[in-house]
Amino acid sequence: MMNGLRQANLLPTFSFLSVPAGFPIAESVIKYNPSMTYGRAFVVGILNTVRVAVIGIILATLLGLILGIARLSDNWLLRNVALVYVEIVRNIPLLLQLIFWFSLTRLFPRIQESIDVGGLIFLHNRGVTMAWPQVGNDFDTWMLWVYGGIVVGGVFYVVRRIQFIRRDRPGVALPYAFLIALGIALLGFLVTYLMNGVWPVSLSVPVLQRFNFEGGITITNSFAALLIGLVIYTAVFIGEIVRSGILAVSKGQREAARALGLTPGQTMRLVILPQALRVIVPPLTSQYLNLTKNSSLAIAIAYPDLFYVANTINNQTGQAIPVILMLMASYLSVSLLTSLFMNWYNRRIQLVER
Amino acid sequence: MATEVSRPSSRRAPRQQIGLIEWLRKNLFSTWYNVIITLVLLYVIFQAVTSFVSWMITAPGWPAAFTNIKLLLTWTYPVEHLWRPQAVTGLVFLLLGLSSGVWGGIVRMVTFGAAAISAGLGVVAFTFPDLPGQTSLPGWLFLFLCAGLLIGSDQLALRLRDRIRWPLIIAWLLSYPAAIVILRGGFGLPVVETKLWGGLMLTLLLAISGIVLSFPLGVLLALGRRSTLPVIRMFCVLYIELIRGVPLVTVLFMGALLLPLFLPGGESIDVLVRAIVAITLFSAAYLAENVRGGLQSIPKGQIEAARALGLNVFQTTLLITLPQALRAVVPVLVGQFIALFKDTSLVVIIGLVDLLGAAQNIVGQPQWLGTPGGVWRETFLVIGAIYWVFSFTMSRISKRIEDQIARSRH
Repeated sequence: MMNGLRQANLLPTFSFLSVPAGFPIAESVIKYNPSMTYGRAFVVGILNTVRVAVIGIILATLLGLILGIARLSDNWLLRNVALVYVEIVRNIPLLLQLIFWFSLTRLFPRIQESIDVGGLIFLHNRGVTMAWPQVGNDFDTWMLWVYGGIVVGGVFYVVRRIQFIRRDRPGVALPYAFLIALGIALLGFLVTYLMNGVWPVSLSVPVLQRFNFEGGITITNSFAALLIGLVIYTAVFIGEIVRSGILAVSKGQREAARALGLTPGQTMRLVILPQALRVIVPPLTSQYLNLTKNSSLAIAIAYPDLFYVANTINNQTGQAIPVILMLMASYLSVSLLTSLFMNWYNRRIQLVER
Repeated sequence: MATEVSRPSSRRAPRQQIGLIEWLRKNLFSTWYNVIITLVLLYVIFQAVTSFVSWMITAPGWPAAFTNIKLLLTWTYPVEHLWRPQAVTGLVFLLLGLSSGVWGGIVRMVTFGAAAISAGLGVVAFTFPDLPGQTSLPGWLFLFLCAGLLIGSDQLALRLRDRIRWPLIIAWLLSYPAAIVILRGGFGLPVVETKLWGGLMLTLLLAISGIVLSFPLGVLLALGRRSTLPVIRMFCVLYIELIRGVPLVTVLFMGALLLPLFLPGGESIDVLVRAIVAITLFSAAYLAENVRGGLQSIPKGQIEAARALGLNVFQTTLLITLPQALRAVVPVLVGQFIALFKDTSLVVIIGLVDLLGAAQNIVGQPQWLGTPGGVWRETFLVIGAIYWVFSFTMSRISKRIEDQIARSRH
């Protein structure tokens, strides 16, 4: 094999990493331009994958939770609408769905005639522009309040815990500590405004200029299509996991909770969900991993994720083996980190048996 | 202190059936928030259905999918050789029909479903004779023949039953290589190069190859992971976790790029073969985990009993543990097959033209450039429906098998 490689002048080496990449990347979390190195380009790819995975996981979990509860609703119509959604989405390849969404976003009007949703979100054929929080001049002053809130909340938490331990009684401290920290931060927000007349963080509303939008943030249609596709697809599987998790909690638990006088909301929050979570979390982890891995399909709709960038690097340098090694190592580390975190969380919520 | 005990007043038994109004009240309008949800959903459904139907009626792009039905099904497979995919379909249907007669149950359901769909499509193809399909055998006639073949062989097998059980199993095992030979040629048949293959034919071929070839590999890996030899166990664990940690595109990419480097004369390896190898290697890792789940579900007593009866390790595995483990994981395996079937669409990324690739090519054909908005919605809808019918059918089958297994346990 080495002989063949030597003949093709393709002996594997990592030296290309410090050579200027020379190709542009449409969107990046960190600063990047074509004169930067291949190594930098690769990092841009990793960050783009992480970005779509993190946002996608959060949104898919929310949608999946709604879907799972809707599937168990006592409303016949809602239950069956959710079922139809599940059966349609999970039986069609994700790649087809992604290409569909991507083609759809390109069908939007030109930027000058964007579809206006409530004056805050604008859809056009280059992507989605939406209003976004913007840091003002007094942001640093306000941050002092935030830090102060965190410190006070932390002190409160520690003091309460010590009290609980001394009196040897159980009690709840963390939510109150959060509330105190949040309250101080909000107070600071208001005080900074009253002192200077400007909010420390304001909403930047996009305004249409001649050729582009001013203010707000614009996400490309590749990113939007990838995110929509991944969220809609993964939410279906998460929804089924949530549904089976809730069903796994025995009926007696709900009845006992109701008999003890808990409200339906309390029953769900304090009795059903904590038990359901134990069943839900392990398969949920594999869905998160699936979403992350599926984000590699971005190459079909030109979102510059890890796989897309690696593919470009390989095409330019011909260093197939190093590129594949780096690619696999990156995906494996992302998968490993996700499962480590989820395993830690899983251990936390597992039943502590004596 | 005397307590009053009220006598239970006798009541009539509750009615078993409820009327329409009561049903509506119970299921749609039970609480104030359910009223809101129902009304909002009714409005949304009404809007969605009416706009979808009106779009379907007025959409200009339907001809794109229907005039290119040959491309969607077989891509550029030479027209004069189209009898070969037809022959393979016929062969599979013949075996399916015979199996239906012998085993009945779910197989029979599938057979009659396939026959009904063939006949239905045959009627459609007959009513629209201008659909292009210049084969030696007209499409509608072929479809009717398929339906007849399914039912006929089912009836035939009902008579023969036990006599053809084993020949049938062997025929199924041989059908995969036979299908490849018929499609590709050789043994006197003119060769049709694999680069001409595509469309639904390729999608099905990839999915079936993936599952057929990865099955033995997956079982071996699962056994290896439970092996007592540390080297074998470590290798299997490493392989399974490595493959499961990376996306399928990376594996396809590896197959496309690295396989030629590792093997002598690799450049000449068919792209289709590379894809099949990659899919097989990928699928085997997942299959191994499923089979391992089945192996773990077998009580230890089974193995101990087998050993006590004097079976050696191989006999125990082959005759006792594996059959039970595989039986237990059949639904999961079907689920994995569905995933694999959907995943085959990823081969468009390495340049093969499967069903999705064919659709993408049709959308890009120059004659549709004038259509406002393009023809992609109609075309993707058609192939989405094709994918959907296959996956949905398989998921129903999996559900049936699951129910059957659950029932047989009681």
